[in-house]
Amino acid sequence: MAEPMIADHIVEYPGGYTRSIGPAISRYLTGLRDGRILGVKSKTAGVLVPPVEYDPNTSEEIGGSDDDWVEVGPAGTVESFTWVRRPRAEKQPFSQPFAFALIKPDGADTAMLHAVVVSSPDDLSIGMRVMPHWKVARSGSVRDIEAWVPLPSGVTPPAAPPRTVNADGEGAVTGLIQPIKLHYTISAGVATTRYLDGMAQGKIAGGRAPGSTEVYAASRGTDPKTGEPTSIDVDIADTGCITTFCVVNIPGLSALAPPVPFVSAHVLLDGADNTIMALIRGCEAHEVRMGMRVKAKWAEKLTRTHHSLEWFEPTGEPDAPYDDYKDNL
Amino acid sequence: MRNVGVISYATSAVARDVVHNEIEIIVPVLGEAIERSTIPKADIGFVCSGSLDYLFGGPFAFVAGVDAVGAVPPIRESHVEMDGAWALYEAWCYIQTGEVDSALIYGFSKGSSGDPLELLTVQTDPYYTVPLWPSMSDMAALQARAFMHRTGATERDLAEVAARAQRNGMSIDYAVRADANANADALLSGSPLVSDPLRESDIFPVSDGATVIVIAADDVARKHCARPAWIRGFDHRIDPMGFGVRDLSRVASATKAAQKANVSAGSLDIAELHAQFSHEELMLVEALGIDPTKTSVNPSGGPLAANVLMGAGLNRIGEVANAITAGGANRGVAHVSSGPCLQQNLVCVLEGE
Repeated sequence: MAEPMIADHIVEYPGGYTRSIGPAISRYLTGLRDGRILGVKSKTAGVLVPPVEYDPNTSEEIGGSDDDWVEVGPAGTVESFTWVRRPRAEKQPFSQPFAFALIKPDGADTAMLHAVVVSSPDDLSIGMRVMPHWKVARSGSVRDIEAWVPLPSGVTPPAAPPRTVNADGEGAVTGLIQPIKLHYTISAGVATTRYLDGMAQGKIAGGRAPGSTEVYAASRGTDPKTGEPTSIDVDIADTGCITTFCVVNIPGLSALAPPVPFVSAHVLLDGADNTIMALIRGCEAHEVRMGMRVKAKWAEKLTRTHHSLEWFEPTGEPDAPYDDYKDNL
Repeated sequence: MRNVGVISYATSAVARDVVHNEIEIIVPVLGEAIERSTIPKADIGFVCSGSLDYLFGGPFAFVAGVDAVGAVPPIRESHVEMDGAWALYEAWCYIQTGEVDSALIYGFSKGSSGDPLELLTVQTDPYYTVPLWPSMSDMAALQARAFMHRTGATERDLAEVAARAQRNGMSIDYAVRADANANADALLSGSPLVSDPLRESDIFPVSDGATVIVIAADDVARKHCARPAWIRGFDHRIDPMGFGVRDLSRVASATKAAQKANVSAGSLDIAELHAQFSHEELMLVEALGIDPTKTSVNPSGGPLAANVLMGAGLNRIGEVANAITAGGANRGVAHVSSGPCLQQNLVCVLEGE
């Protein structure tokens, strides 16, 4: 076989993942925006920071009344820590080495996770006293605390400076947006590599398992009916018929999405026993029908990607009879 | 309760497989496990898998997995977005209903497709934790230090665990990190710190592969296996999500699960613990009440030798079952964990007869 197909791949939510946060988290993040750390009282676990909606031992609802809430800190005590030697700058708070720590704010009964900035891991210890260093541009996020820093003995932590950002006006913080961007290097595998190599030659590669007569276009490596490897390579025609289709009228968000209306169809290729999904062009959307004979339209510049096969377009041949594709619907 | 036994186990792991996709990784292992079970595939009553889309890098990893099994005529199938050990728990429950007598369970992933330590942060609290994005090793390190502070365990104690895991890894044919000469001194001086106090050698090696187990009830198990490893106790428990809400220096949910699974009801010849970080082995030995002078702990090297995410927990059950079926052990415990800092814990007691 040819060189394995390996490609970079990113999973990302455009604009970030938008979350509603509910009353307890709202109160906490609103407090951080306003430069205060709030905890919620519970009957069995004391003052919880960060707050939760239910007592962790009894599941009793907590935080429903203003009296259930108490300001804690701002000074706190480190209960555990780790030194992050190679920060993940895209996601973590700092690009220089820093500490993650569990910090119990004064007046709280639980510790919270946050970053601590010191110049060396030797400056960290369990029991050390720390205070928050607040951002001025606060928007209602745990990142409104830039980091915690050592609190020298005898020093009173200063109040948070006035904030410079008005998020959600002056009302409560009601949501958060979390960017998520995940990086991968994907190996296509033997069967898909062969399919993509075919794409670079303007051919549709398929496979068949020794124990079956059925040929699978764009096989992922097995006969999905039996799980047997499709170890026999079969080249498949780039002509076939439409089995079923959908006229899409909703514009896609992706830059790759075609202008609407467009037709997305299942195409049963000649010589294959499964359908592949493809765009249909070369005719008006309302002309597309089941059984319509189509042929692949290849890109001018063929590459080792699925984009080589741009779409299918009508051949003008008579429609395939229903019996020819009824088992593939 | 029906007696359910492990009758077949197969597994694979390599550091990085650039040639095969997930389906192609599962197929040979699945074939080996089914053949070893001697039950024709069509006669297996239920199929259940464990996988994670975030490791796959796309939706419906488990649907791809089904292509490796074959689903015509339609099979009874289910899936957990967790380690395959929880799929085995589901299958065990299903067999208890009497609807089926046997089940095929598998877990798989290609950890090398991404950076698992960074990726798995998406499983944490999205409001308080994800915005800071502590890696899995950062969070594990917070627990390691809390444990060391309470018990006096030292970095050397961790290095001893890591070195033994590498030596024991020589005994399995799917080790990703194994070294017959590994020793604590060399690791303390040569293995770089990643998330203090955790060194590279205290952290699981990234692995690609699959794990497959076949279980069966009563006479079906006896018919197909000379010495099934019978499941005598099975339980799983979870601790709260907030790191500060629980005592991070202990694993309360593992202790509870061990009590419910009656771990202490008899002597243990073997314990396979899902310790993905070296301190976790020490914590779990304590939490499960294991006496390491009487019980062989992670003789396979455990997850520090090979850790196919979503499959390595199932490996723990498979390794204990293998020891029992081979006759070298009579009673053992398998432990499987999920979530950051050993948040969720499954305990399975296996026994020969």
